Amino acid sequence: MSSPFFNEDHESIREMARDFAAKTLAPLAADIDKNEEFPMDVVRQMADMGFLGLKIPEEFGGLGLDMRSYVCVMEEISKKCATATLFISSANSLSTAPVVISGTPEQKEKYLPGVVSGEEFIAFGLTEPNAGSDAASMTTKAVADGDSYILNGRKCFITMAPISKYCIVYAKTNPEKGAKGISCFMVDMSLPGVSCGKHEEKMGQRGVPVSDVVLEDVRVPKECLIGELDLGFINAMKTLSVGRIGVASMCLGMAAEAIELAVEHTKNRVQFGKPLCKHQAIAFMLAEMETKLNAARGLVYNAAWMMDNGMKADKEASMAKFFAAEAGIEIVNKALQLFGGYGYSREYEIERIYRDIRVCSIYEGSSQVQQIVISGQMLK
Amino acid sequence: MEAKTKDLWVFVETNEDGTAKNVGIELLTPGKMMAGKQGGALVAVVIGSGVDEAVKAANEHGADKIIVVDGPEFKHYSTDAYAIALVSLVEKYGPTSMLIGATNNGRDLGPRVSCRLKTGLTADCTALDIDDETGNVAWTRPAFGGNLMATIICPNHRPQIGTVRPGVFKKSDAVEGKAEIVKEDLHVAESDIRTQVLEIIKDLGGENVDLEGAEIIVSGGRGVGGPEGFEPIKALADALGATVGASRAAVDAGWIAHAHQVGQTGKTVGPKLYIACGISGAIQHLAGMSGSDVVVAINKDPDAPIFDVADYGVVGNLFEVLPVLTEEIKKARG
Amino acid sequence: MNILVCVKQVPDTTEIKIDPVKNTLIRDGVPSIVNPFDGYALEAAARIKDKNPDTKIVVLSMGPPQATAALKECLAIAADKAYLVSGRTFGGSDTLATSYILYNAVKKVEELEGKFDAIFCGKQAIDGDTAQVGPELAEHLGYPQVTYGLEAEVDGDMLKVKKEVEEGVEVIGVKFPCLVTYTKPAWDPRYPTIKRKMAANRAEIPVLGDDAFPDIDTTRIGLKGSPTNVKKTFVPQKKTGGVKIKEADNETSAKVLFEKLSAASII
Repeated sequence: MSSPFFNEDHESIREMARDFAAKTLAPLAADIDKNEEFPMDVVRQMADMGFLGLKIPEEFGGLGLDMRSYVCVMEEISKKCATATLFISSANSLSTAPVVISGTPEQKEKYLPGVVSGEEFIAFGLTEPNAGSDAASMTTKAVADGDSYILNGRKCFITMAPISKYCIVYAKTNPEKGAKGISCFMVDMSLPGVSCGKHEEKMGQRGVPVSDVVLEDVRVPKECLIGELDLGFINAMKTLSVGRIGVASMCLGMAAEAIELAVEHTKNRVQFGKPLCKHQAIAFMLAEMETKLNAARGLVYNAAWMMDNGMKADKEASMAKFFAAEAGIEIVNKALQLFGGYGYSREYEIERIYRDIRVCSIYEGSSQVQQIVISGQMLK
Repeated sequence: MEAKTKDLWVFVETNEDGTAKNVGIELLTPGKMMAGKQGGALVAVVIGSGVDEAVKAANEHGADKIIVVDGPEFKHYSTDAYAIALVSLVEKYGPTSMLIGATNNGRDLGPRVSCRLKTGLTADCTALDIDDETGNVAWTRPAFGGNLMATIICPNHRPQIGTVRPGVFKKSDAVEGKAEIVKEDLHVAESDIRTQVLEIIKDLGGENVDLEGAEIIVSGGRGVGGPEGFEPIKALADALGATVGASRAAVDAGWIAHAHQVGQTGKTVGPKLYIACGISGAIQHLAGMSGSDVVVAINKDPDAPIFDVADYGVVGNLFEVLPVLTEEIKKARG
Repeated sequence: MNILVCVKQVPDTTEIKIDPVKNTLIRDGVPSIVNPFDGYALEAAARIKDKNPDTKIVVLSMGPPQATAALKECLAIAADKAYLVSGRTFGGSDTLATSYILYNAVKKVEELEGKFDAIFCGKQAIDGDTAQVGPELAEHLGYPQVTYGLEAEVDGDMLKVKKEVEEGVEVIGVKFPCLVTYTKPAWDPRYPTIKRKMAANRAEIPVLGDDAFPDIDTTRIGLKGSPTNVKKTFVPQKKTGGVKIKEADNETSAKVLFEKLSAASII
């Protein structure tokens, strides 16, 4: 056994993900980044293997597995292609968690199986131009009108919006009640009044399209309300806590890959008459990178283990995401440094990882938001 | 079974037009040496339809005796017809050893025949000798993807059979034939042939690639970088009248059809000149081209293993080396 | 449709290195995998099952107890049932003895799983590279064979097999029961699914041991029952002494190469 956190099933899931990443994703990753396009047959392949339904209940086509299974997959896939993990993390958290957490049986039946099979995508619309970390300050509104709601507003940086069939939209139904007046809606992207903004040209994780979602007098039937009226914000926060572990796991994978590349490079690259790794300053850098990676692993695995055992782990999940993202970015940065000029060339994988990992301290709760959560728990 | 003679047989596989496949004629060369050491005759066994050309070739390249089975049922190869014919000949004449070319058909037929005769078979040999003490054939073949060579013997069963890779041995010079030719009136009933050819799709991937018969091969590997990277390779091949080969890495990447693949899981080749471009030289590739007379390697990595087997190694960028080389050749050839 | 797929666990020969000092194979740390060609055979069976869902796929392997890992891998990909043939008296068998043991095993497994319409094998194992066990098993069973198969489809009482030949591809028709060996097709075999993988982790794999075949002819198995034996093994000699050309620029290198090849009358 390689770790007290994982059992035989976890290990074999990890091995499957590693094998898939090496054989199928690794050869595609550079093109996915360059062309900003992810092959849909590979999404189907991931769906067939079960990656898109890891945490979805079995009765809706998923596997109903635990958080640690999800960690194993995210960590291994992100080693070879960070973009691919977005399809997995969306399917397992942002696209489905609101429905899994608060949806009716009919809603689950309607929305979950298509996501699990990789045939339908659901975007997650929380962020707005003026409501990022402070999500409760959103201005998108939903007004009841007969047996419908009329939605107006603009969501931004919405992952997969241009390819999604639905978008989960958080909107104010009771504006004077602040966070306690927000509701969650499942919006069909083909409804009149729904449109996507321009393609967002990103620094990293470029294989997944991102755009604004614009809502202009969109009439949504009442069956599309997910969970109770005015309780949408709680649903959003619970969804994000699942996502946090996913992002943290991605950071572990990217940092591990960066270290592996750095070790290989410093063993082979000869300067001043000996391999780089034989220079103590370089070897010490590697030691520090490896130590920080393992510290991050400890935090992530422990948070996942606590969740799997029914413990409250908000603080642990935030610490895991905060530390894994910050340490991951630092490790990848150092690995790139060890590549010297080559690391600055697009021909080398480390350059892509450097861009791919950067967003991890920004999205799904920035490092600063995680620190608010952590300190909030300490100081209450 | 017991051997009735000390004769060594070479199975000469034929093409549908009645000519001999090269490997059958190649095998007469080591066959002559082995038959001599075993104290028996060198017998070519020709099975096919309208096989006069093949018989003539066997006669001109050293067979002492030629056993001929000729019939329409042997025009297109089938496991059943050929196995029935070859087994009944072996049972009738009782040779002590038999060589079969390790073509797809040879490797299909060999184990079927050896199993029916309850004797040993050594597959895909690259070297042959006779053990001086015992008179057994010492069959040498690669294993573990070419990482290891093994010498196999079959001491107590006859005939001892081996399949031998095409291109390992060279055809002897043609001489005037004086072999005894024995025509066997042997036929296989249609009902005994349990497979039927429903369709023939020639030209896999739109190209007919004769790597095994090529005198010059220019091959590309991972270093060519993509399908368009084969353009300078094709240009050089055109200038030289050569065939284009590829390493597994290039084929697996989808840059070129499998029919071009040289190596353990592709073709084994033995050209006069093999030019490896951007091929690192994995042992599996070397296993397929080490029979080449002269090897030229062009690779930007000075430590690539291909240089260990190259007679001429150029350390450099193939995209800059190849066009210049192609131009020089064109100039020299006018 | 009832299909048996024969698989072998092999060392990943692409990972094997040579000890430069002792000049021997380094086998330590080399991962064990399902022979890739057997993987193609399993994929061919799985594709038949995709079209004919009532197909049952049984996998059979002969090897040490650790070979259950290879069988579990097959269960995770597509197989419904797995059997391992493992016994001390089977060790040291050459291809003829191995195929004879497998023939006995096929008969035994058929008592439990019903008669097999088709037996699929890889064209060869990447450790031995003999390509003999498939055809020999067909001969023991008295079945027709098709080797170098790429894919197969069921057409009534016949299997239509696309077969790789030197000049291209042939479509061969063969009646059941039959044996087909497979080579590398143009596609990659499917991956296991997590669901199947977890079920495979829990699967019990029946072992057919030394006493599983009371009627077997013991003079035809193991080292003593094998007509061929290995006299010696050695690591192939590397050719050395080539000329290395590395001029100031690539153009000059190319010209030097041309001059040398011309001077030696190679081109």
